[in-house]
Order: sequence, then C-alpha cells, then structure tokens
Amino acid sequence: MDSNSLYYSLELVAGTGCTLNIEQKSALQTSLVILKKNYKFHRVLFWGKILGLKGDYYIAQGRGENEMKDTTNLYSFNCMDWFLLPPATHTMIEEVSKTARGRFMGDPSYVYELLEIQRQGEGDDAVEEEVVTKVNEEKRLAVTVHQIDEEVSVVPRSAFIKSPHGLVQMNRSFGGLSHSEAGKLDSFLHLSESKNLKKKSILEMADLNPAIDFLDVLSDDIPKGSWSLQFECASKVCVIRSLLWPGRTFYHVPMTPQHGYIYIGDGTKNLDLPFML
Amino acid sequence: MDAPEEHQDSSQQSVQAAASFKAFMLKNSIKSNLNLYDHLTQVLMKVMDERPQNVVDVIEDISCDVKRGLFEDKWSTLRDLPQTTAAELLAEHQRLLFARPEEADHEEELVETPLPNVSEIGFYMEQAGVSVGREEMQRVFLALKQLVESQGLQRCRLWGKILGKESSYIIAEADYREGEEEEEQINGEAAEEEEREAEAPENENEMDPLPQSTYKPPPSVPKEAIGTGTNKFLYYVCKEPGLPWVKLPTVSPAQITVARQIRKFFTGRLDAPVVSYPPFPGNEANYLRAQIARISAGTQVSPQGFYQAGEEEGDEDEEAPRDSYEVNPDFEGLPVSEMAESLSTWVHHVQHILQQGRCTWVNLAVKPGEESNEEGEAEEKEEEPDEPEPEVGPPLLTPLSQDAEMFNTPPWSSKMSSTLTSQHALAVVRSNLWPGAYAYACGKKFENIYVGWGLKYSGEGYNPPVPPLPQKEYPSGPEITEALDPTLEEEQTLQEALEEQQAAQEEMAETDEEEEDDD
Repeated sequence: MDSNSLYYSLELVAGTGCTLNIEQKSALQTSLVILKKNYKFHRVLFWGKILGLKGDYYIAQGRGENEMKDTTNLYSFNCMDWFLLPPATHTMIEEVSKTARGRFMGDPSYVYELLEIQRQGEGDDAVEEEVVTKVNEEKRLAVTVHQIDEEVSVVPRSAFIKSPHGLVQMNRSFGGLSHSEAGKLDSFLHLSESKNLKKKSILEMADLNPAIDFLDVLSDDIPKGSWSLQFECASKVCVIRSLLWPGRTFYHVPMTPQHGYIYIGDGTKNLDLPFML
Repeated sequence: MDAPEEHQDSSQQSVQAAASFKAFMLKNSIKSNLNLYDHLTQVLMKVMDERPQNVVDVIEDISCDVKRGLFEDKWSTLRDLPQTTAAELLAEHQRLLFARPEEADHEEELVETPLPNVSEIGFYMEQAGVSVGREEMQRVFLALKQLVESQGLQRCRLWGKILGKESSYIIAEADYREGEEEEEQINGEAAEEEEREAEAPENENEMDPLPQSTYKPPPSVPKEAIGTGTNKFLYYVCKEPGLPWVKLPTVSPAQITVARQIRKFFTGRLDAPVVSYPPFPGNEANYLRAQIARISAGTQVSPQGFYQAGEEEGDEDEEAPRDSYEVNPDFEGLPVSEMAESLSTWVHHVQHILQQGRCTWVNLAVKPGEESNEEGEAEEKEEEPDEPEPEVGPPLLTPLSQDAEMFNTPPWSSKMSSTLTSQHALAVVRSNLWPGAYAYACGKKFENIYVGWGLKYSGEGYNPPVPPLPQKEYPSGPEITEALDPTLEEEQTLQEALEEQQAAQEEMAETDEEEEDDD
C-alpha cells in the first residue's frame, strides 16, 4: 500500500489480524520518505512483513515510471535501515524452489542446503556425484516477494491504464468501483504480466478495453475459490484475501479511488489449497 | 342591405379562414407530436414573461429553448425501489449496540464486572502487532457487553477471531453457570438416544431382509463432562458485532480426532456441512468448536507463577493429571526482558488434549458402564486385551520450553514489542504451530488471543489419510476356487478310461449272469 496512505489503510486491512504497532508505523513514515528521495522513486509502497522465527522482515517496494516493470524491493528489520533485495532471476527461482523449506529464519545470511545425488554414466560404471545447492535466505526472500507479486497482486479494474507505448501507470481519473461491482471478483485484476488474456475468444474480447483490460481477471484463477471476498469495517470496505498466499490482503473502498494491498504472513505458499476448499 | 351583408360575409369568410388556419396550425406534426399553435403560444408567453431585449434577434433561440424544454422528463409513474445495502442492514443491527442504558443502579459498579476491558486488551494487542482494527475492537467490546448482559455470564473473555471464506467468526469464551450443566447434559443425552433410535433399522416386516453387516464400530470415546477438559468453557460466536451470538455445541473426542486429520477452510456459515475425508461427524459449528478446543489447548499460556496448582481435595491420585488451578495471589510479575528471553517463564494453563481426543484418559478396554450402553459387544470379548498403556499428557502449567518441536520449527517465537523504548515494552510470544495465536504479558497483566484461519501449521504439506484397505468379501477355500478347464487330450483319455471301465463292468456283469445261468 502506498506510503502516503499508510496511516489509514493499515486500519482497513487489520481484520486479517496483523498490523504494525505505533513505533513501526511512525518509523516507516520517516524512513520511506528518505528512501523515496535517495532512490529517486516515483512512489514508495509498504509491501508488508514476512514473519521469521527469530526476526521479521519488513519489505518496501519502490516504483518507477512504469508501475509494472520498474519495481525495486528493499527489506529491513527495524523499519529504518533498508537493504536492497536482488532482482529474482530464473536460476534463482529454480534454486530457491528446490532448496528452501519450512519457515523463514529471520537471518538473511542463513544458508539452506540441498544434497542431491546425481548419477552419471550407465550400468555398473555409474558414478554417484553429490551436488550441494546452497541458497541464502536473502535470495529466498527476493524470490518469495517476487512470486507473491507475480501471483497475487490485486488492483481494481481501470485503476491502472496502459498507454500505446506499453507504459503502465495509475489512472488518475479512477473514481472507484460501484458497490455492486466491488462485490464481484471479475472487477479485480492481477497486476502482473497477463497469461490468460491471449487465450480468450474474440467474443469475450469484444467487451474489453485495451487501455484498461490488459491484465488477467481474478475470477479466471484456478482453482476456483482461491480468493475470499468480504465486506468489512461495517460493510464499507471491500476486502479480498488470497487463500493461495494466506496473509495477502487487498482493500478497496467502493466509490473512492482508495485501494491497496499488503502481505503479512510467514512467506509460504499454501500448497494444501485443493484439499481445503 | 347588400353592403352590410357583404361586409358580414367577408368578415365571416375571414373568420372562417382564420379558423381553418388555426386548425392547420393545431395539426400535430407526425414527427414530434407538437403543433405550431401551442408552440407559438408558449413562445409568446415566454417573451411576455421574460421581455428580453431585441426580441426579434433571439426569437429563434427562444423557440429552440421552448422545444428543448419539452424533452425534460416527466414524472415517471414507476416508483423508485430503494435497495437496502448490506451496510445499511448492518448499521441497523449495530445501532442497538450504541443504545445508552437506562439509569443503571449504582450498586452494580461495586460488583466486579464479568466484562473484560477489551479496549485495554486492544491497546496492548496493537503494540504486539495483532489487531482486528480499532473501531472493530470497540464494536466487539460493545457486543461482548451485550452478550454478558443478555446471558448473565459469570466470566467472559474475548477468545479471538477465526477467518472464513465468506465471513469471519468472533469468538467469546465464557464459564458455565451452575445448573446449566445438568440441563445441557440431559439435552445432549436425549439427542444421542434419539439418534440411536433413528439409526435402528426397521426391516422386521420385510420379506427378504438385507444381509446385515458384521462390521462393529470400535467403541466410541465418551464425551468429556461439561466443565472439564475440552468442554471446560462455553463458546459463543457471532459473524459481525451486533449480530446475534450463537452458542457452540460441546465437543466430542471423535470430532477432535477427525479435526486433527483434516484441513479445511471455514466458510463462515455455522450450518455448512464439512465435506472431508475422513468424514467429520457434525457440521461447521462442531468443526469450529473442535478447532477452538485444539487451539486453546495448544496456545493458551500465562506467565509462570500467575496460576498455581489447585489444592486437590481427597486422595492424591498419582496418575490423574492436575486439572485445576487457581490464581496465585502472591504473583509479583516477571521482568519483561526475562519473559521475552526465555520460554520457560511461560506455562500452559489449558490441559493438553491426548491422542484419544480427551484431556483425561479413559480406558476403553474396561467394560463401559451403565452410563454408555454400547451394543454389548464388549461383553462378548471376555478375554480382556492387554491393559492398554494409559496416555498421559504433560501436566498442567508445563513451561513452553518443553513443547515438542514439529517440522524442524521451534513451536514459539518470543520478542519484545519495542526495541527503542524497552523500558515500557511488552513481552510477546507467537505460536509457530498455530499461526495467529499470540500472548502478551506486562507486569501482572497477560492475555491470549487468536486471530487467524483456525488451521495448524502443516509443515511440508498436508497428506490426506489413506482410506482403509477393502475388507475381504468371503474366506477363500477350495470349494470356491476356480479349477482349470481340462484340455481335449485329457478329456479323451478320461473318456477312454471311462469306456474301458464300463466295458470291464459289462463283462463282469455278463460273466456273473452266465454264472447264475450255470447255477
């Protein structure tokens, strides 16, 4: 969620149970301003918190001109000193998904190891070779943040527009969804590279506006029911929680442009989801 | 005579011409259903009303204006049906929470109130990083007040909140009142008996009775009595503060056992069925109650020394675990830094639930007494199986440092709520096995709360239990095993052998006859 609206938007997503205390909130108000200036970001988002066994990671995200592509993630332990996270590459994602297991430790230099035995050759002259893959927790953090952003970033429809040059920016004339629209999952989109859009038929594409509908719709997600949409705060605020990544909470106040999301959780994907619905 | 007549004629003619022209002007246009006469009247009236300057220059505009004015919508005969939104309905419900009480008696203030100070708890919880929102907390506070007043509870506590897919549950914990227990027990038993009666099949009248299953279910573990073990407290839930509180049913060991094996999200409807394998005995209200019992047993903690073991009256039974405790009046409070450092300063104050699904172990091998009239199959087994080893859980008030580690994850994480002003910080512990369970302590104050999905940490991933192996249909023996078909050669040799035998017998018979004839 945007650092400028942090002081009230945290209250709107507090129904999930997690929040920040006053000390952390006020520290963020100070440090994110400095962060924005030093890194020359267009805007800074407080991305969330990943709970570790020994310490928690606080994560901020800086956005450049292109809201979808120019993102930089940073982490901190005390909400004041921020460290840059490396961008997640394909090899990193592969390594992390193989080795990292269990909960986050809370120590960026903690090393996850995976011992693999690879057989080379055939028959009797097969040579067993032990391959050790080592990944430190900082990399795991970078990959997790990337994956969560990829899979469960939610924006209301038409809150972002894409220019003909491919630049994705906030839509300043976005006035918010109506109450009835906010009650349906198909008025919310994934803020990540679209995957399903090309598969749609011409008939379905007819109603779409290329400037607005360049993203995937939440209601197309598989499995069905991986989102929980509720109205909270005396039924005034539309809150969407991801069941795939428990801890990701999105809020939108209907009829106002206010929207945002946060992640407060242990940084593990809910792979048991098919059993749990 | 002629002249006036002519005059009259011409005037009559002109009147007629005027009338016909008026009729022409009054003719409605096919397109717009307007006529010129009315239009001109309106235009002139407008001119008369407004008296604009240089009318002749703006007459076209006025004419246009008048025409445009006709397009304004008329009063529709359809009435607006205002749609009541969910927010409005909820606001109506919540309005009652804010009703000012009528002049309360001042005597009541002297009595210790059963209502917890939720705003204080909310304040501390927020420092610990847990919250349901400040305004929401206030509404929950008022809803709890309503509950305490309407139910006349002795003691009440905000247990926490469990999130569901469609709505969440706010859960309050209360003590049982005297008298309520027996009432409930009778109700429960009556219901069970009814169930049993309903189960009894009525196929006496049938001509061809269906084969009876020889399967006998293993004896079910009896429920714990109200006020003890897993049924120690009474739980009320509501979806939103302001909506009615619903009392949850008591929990049975079977429900706890199944709840341990399944992993399902709550939907937010208490009457929703729980579709799972193994099948859960009951609906979502029972599932919710079972999860509450499990979470309470796992995560309700207090600073060491706050409670002390209750004085056991009667004989000291070594095996019976302590199940009572009382508040230690001499508790001084532990320093916060120490509490945040070591887990041995925290103790469990809710009994551990055994594998059996109960807090106190019950020996099922012993013939169940009169209280639970099982089918009597226990009597058949005269030879008692070996006396099963009684399960013993950790005793009450065991420090957290002795909790078992699961999935290579330490069960608790502890920290201080603030690093900058540690003089006034709280000690906070967070459960890693039940994500969402928190406890804080500060001086003599402590509280537990759970806000989460109501599911235990499953480590690497959840494995649903495998269905049992299919039962053998019948004992396999020689009379039902299929034999191999004989080949052609075998058949031929057999036939030849038979023929030979027959021939031999015939010969024998012939010789016999001959012998007889000879005689």
